Amino acid sequence: MSDYLFLVPLFPLIGFLTNGLLIGRLPRPVISFVGCFSVGLSFVLSLMLFFELKALVPGMRVIEQVLFTWVPSGSFETNIGLLLDPLSAVMILVVSGVGFLIHVYSVGYMHHDPGYGRYFTYLNLFTFAMLTLVLADNFLLMFVGWEGVGLCSYLLIGFWFEKKSASDAGKKAFIVNRIGDFGFLIGVFIIFWKAGSLDFKIVQQMAPTVFMAGGALVTTACILLFVGAVGKSAQIPLYVWLPDAMEGPTPVSALIHAATMVTAGVYMIARTNFLFIMAPDALLVVAVIGVVTALFAATIGLAQNDIKRVLAYSTVSQLGYMFLACGVASFAAGIFHLMTHAFFKALLFLGAGSVIHAMSNEQDMRNMGGLRKHLPTTFFTMLIATLAIAGIPGFSGFFSKDEILWKAFSSQYGHPVFWVLGFITAGLTAFYMFRLIYLTFYGKERMDEKTRSHIHESPKSMTAPLVVLAVLSLFGGVVGIPHIFGVTNYFEHWMEPVMTGAGPAVQAHVPAASAGNTGLEWGLMLASVALVLGSIYLAYLIYNKRTELATSLKERFSLAHRVLYNKYYVDEIYGAAVVRPVVYLSLFLWKIFDVVVIDGFLNGLASFYAETSELIRGGQTGRVRTYATVFLAGVILVVAYMVLD
Amino acid sequence: MEKELLTLVTFFPLIGAVLLLFVPKDRPDSIKGLSLIIAFVTLIFSFWLYYGFDVMANGMQFEVNIPWISSLGINYHMGIDGISLLLIVLTAILTVLAILASWNSITTGIKGYFISMLLLETGMIGVFCALDFFLFYVFWEVMLIPMYFIIGLWGGPRRVYAAIKFVLFTMFGSLLMLVAIIYLLFEYQRFSGVFSFDMVKIIDDLPLTYREQLWLFGAFALAFAIKVPLFPFHTWLPDAHVEAPTAGSVILAGVLLKMGTYGFIRICLPLFPEASMAYLPYISVLAIIAIIYGALVAMVQKDVKSLVAFSSVSHMGFIMLGMFAFNVQGLEGSVIQMINHGVSTGALFLLVGMIYERRHTRLIEDFGGVAKVMPVYATFFMIVALSSIGLPFTNGFVGEFLILLGTFKANVVYAVIGATGVIFAACYMLWMYQRVFFGKVTRAENEKLVDLDWREKIILIPLVILIFLIGIYPKPFFDRIEPAVNNIVAKVEKARSLAAESGRESQNKFFATDQAETEVVIDSKEPPNE
Repeated sequence: MSDYLFLVPLFPLIGFLTNGLLIGRLPRPVISFVGCFSVGLSFVLSLMLFFELKALVPGMRVIEQVLFTWVPSGSFETNIGLLLDPLSAVMILVVSGVGFLIHVYSVGYMHHDPGYGRYFTYLNLFTFAMLTLVLADNFLLMFVGWEGVGLCSYLLIGFWFEKKSASDAGKKAFIVNRIGDFGFLIGVFIIFWKAGSLDFKIVQQMAPTVFMAGGALVTTACILLFVGAVGKSAQIPLYVWLPDAMEGPTPVSALIHAATMVTAGVYMIARTNFLFIMAPDALLVVAVIGVVTALFAATIGLAQNDIKRVLAYSTVSQLGYMFLACGVASFAAGIFHLMTHAFFKALLFLGAGSVIHAMSNEQDMRNMGGLRKHLPTTFFTMLIATLAIAGIPGFSGFFSKDEILWKAFSSQYGHPVFWVLGFITAGLTAFYMFRLIYLTFYGKERMDEKTRSHIHESPKSMTAPLVVLAVLSLFGGVVGIPHIFGVTNYFEHWMEPVMTGAGPAVQAHVPAASAGNTGLEWGLMLASVALVLGSIYLAYLIYNKRTELATSLKERFSLAHRVLYNKYYVDEIYGAAVVRPVVYLSLFLWKIFDVVVIDGFLNGLASFYAETSELIRGGQTGRVRTYATVFLAGVILVVAYMVLD
Repeated sequence: MEKELLTLVTFFPLIGAVLLLFVPKDRPDSIKGLSLIIAFVTLIFSFWLYYGFDVMANGMQFEVNIPWISSLGINYHMGIDGISLLLIVLTAILTVLAILASWNSITTGIKGYFISMLLLETGMIGVFCALDFFLFYVFWEVMLIPMYFIIGLWGGPRRVYAAIKFVLFTMFGSLLMLVAIIYLLFEYQRFSGVFSFDMVKIIDDLPLTYREQLWLFGAFALAFAIKVPLFPFHTWLPDAHVEAPTAGSVILAGVLLKMGTYGFIRICLPLFPEASMAYLPYISVLAIIAIIYGALVAMVQKDVKSLVAFSSVSHMGFIMLGMFAFNVQGLEGSVIQMINHGVSTGALFLLVGMIYERRHTRLIEDFGGVAKVMPVYATFFMIVALSSIGLPFTNGFVGEFLILLGTFKANVVYAVIGATGVIFAACYMLWMYQRVFFGKVTRAENEKLVDLDWREKIILIPLVILIFLIGIYPKPFFDRIEPAVNNIVAKVEKARSLAAESGRESQNKFFATDQAETEVVIDSKEPPNE
């Protein structure tokens, strides 16, 4: 069985090649079948591999497969090799599982699109790249997946490339990600330079001997790796591409920009936890960036009117939570939230897609309202997801978010300030999510007549994935119910072998703290639940019961609203501070330096030569008499000189 | 047969060129067909060379060494190692594709054009095989003539300016190289009593003082740096590329630029290892400037072809940077990147030529929405563009990664600054791609553009295969270049340890006046360019 590990990424690759090479020659049903079936196969295989892994003794849960030597260069050698352990097993399940549902959903959603074949080609390529990313057994192959998903993101954001905003957004995503990748690469160089290998296993073995714990080198390396994560997972200051990425088809937003690709940074940090744990300063950076991003993005989410943009900022914010978890060395909690977030955020995006589909491509929530009667399944499933993301007890998001908040408070790397910021974010999250629900599904129907007459619930191929994801959003949390409820946290337990790098210190510390502070943990949990409920009530009040409040609030705090609505003007600042100066510098280098300075010098040299020759040529008259005269004059001069001397 | 294989590969195109002389001018199809066959057979020979190459052996293979002009010690000495092997195969491939690409675009003086192409191939392959300085110089200069005609006769509106600029730049450098070669000849005679131009002997035996090395390196390096081209000697390149016909650009970027980097690897590093160490900071800094400068200037170009030309400046900067890391990774990355640049940039020029044939313009602003009307073309262009900016699993990544890794081991600062080039590359390439291919079709002329025909696909497919082959399974190539690279690294390492022993302060010593040693180089008017 384990010999077939390579098939997990290979199936989508075959799907990609089939659909890609025969593009324009296959009928739609075949395209859909190839696209969905290849990912479905990967999912089934992932499940089987998961159970095979589970059957092993916890300490031995590793399946490796080396396919061939990729780049051999002197002492540097990297393989195409795959690694299945508890961490990557969870990831391939999420990627292929959620991926499969979204492929199925796309069959309905993209039905009318002329680029249907191209769409599934890209989507399969994405799945291949993402599975490569999580299954790679070394940094370099991981980077293949890393850039590969970036490429697919670029292609899919700009899928409707005739639209300028779409191709702009795609390009922006790629370039901003490259800035992160630059950091990642340098980090990888440091690791190779010291450890002499890029293989995760070997680096893990070597790390304690080649790096000094807490030393500058390992801290730099980790921060550089984190720079890569900041780009890919849209954290401050490189988050700007993700909201724009909403230009892509909505299922793409669900798959790439919510459930899978953007979480690659979190996965990467969990994968390299053995390095981060050696660099507490780097962990602090991760935690601070994470929690600040969580809060910052949530505030922007309060003022957006585009339904997908609200979800985009929400994603940025939730990713911040995951980094907060990693930053306090609770990598398992981060991955747990990654998983539940994949369920409910994919569901939210797909639900939003269903709304947009029904609303004839309208995305502005100000033109929606009262949709719950028309779209019952969409409404009901989205409500479940909203309750999950808000953190209502019992829903999956509750367990994962609560775990993070508690760890942020209690971990040895935690701090009460982290908890406070995370706590406020939780309130904001509940508020903006219910604002979305009320604006979209409740109140007056604000759309025009033509749109209203077209409203319809989406086809089965779209609602079925919604239902499945709703079930997962509801119950997906049970695998990780915290200790405090008197059960074993199965998820944390499962992840333990991978997180051994996190050191006994952390593991010993947490139970001790929680044992002593059970009361505190309950108290913090109740406080956040109370805040969430209050926020929901506030949203209800403003956006449902007394809608005039929304307008008056907006007027009262018009400055704050304008700043939030314009996303703190960060894009404008980047444009003025980075993009334009670079373009002007480039123009200067070309027009002035290249053309005027270098070529001017050379052409000047050439014309100097030409003019001098011209001057001298004056003497070359060709007339013998002139020559004879000059000759004579010369002779006279020489003779005179000799005589006089 | 094996013994004559190198001679065959080198001179078969020349034989073809002679044969072409006898084909009547008014039979263009026969001319094209015959030259294609000749180039293709040469390609087969080059594959044979590749197949017959012994991966395990160290040193030169397929060696031929027969006296030519004995009184001056000039021999017909040919031989290849893994580096030259790959470059020869690349040359043979690109020549076939260049001939195919010229099929419809060359309409006047067809006979002269194809004769020039084949002569050029002989010159190029000859440079990669020559192991005798005289022979090397002959091939080096021979190459210049057909290229001069290809640009100057079949080029664009400013072709004469571009051709003359190209020739003057190159000649300027190669004259200094000639002086250095003659100096080496006399120096070797003084050392051994006999005249010899033999590269292997001179490299292995001739002891050169440190100061001699510095001057000689300078003379050779200037010739090579102009060819690469290294900043600030690059300004001939955009002009030459923009004016050259498509096939000319392909050969120019694909092979001719490699002459410069090949010269550094074949001659400068092993012959002047200590001087190489001394020049390292200057060359590395120029390489880094080239990487960033080329990328930035590429970003604001209005013409797609000059964008690709400036991107070449950037890529060649990477090759130089990796080479001067003086370690296995840097050098191997550098060598593989020479091949990659030939493949990817060659493909880019071919692609630009294809759209130029349709629209007779290359200005970015004249396009937009091309992906809609030419999806196959857009796909090929995307793949090649991605390989050019070094996306993993394409060839460009393997080269750039090793170059930066090697550089990082040698000098962290160089690597970090150089790596920013990776970001800028994405900027200029994707911005151009967006403006040409995305958006709505705004011009009526673009609406009826026809997608690629089978001939054009046949041209592109081999290059795309190479892009992925080198990107995913580069091991066979590395196996072939590793022994050659190890030799060079060993030489430089030895020099490094010598330098460390004597505690040499390179710069101070260089500018110190030492009468005993300076007299011999007094004729060389050209001071080192730094």
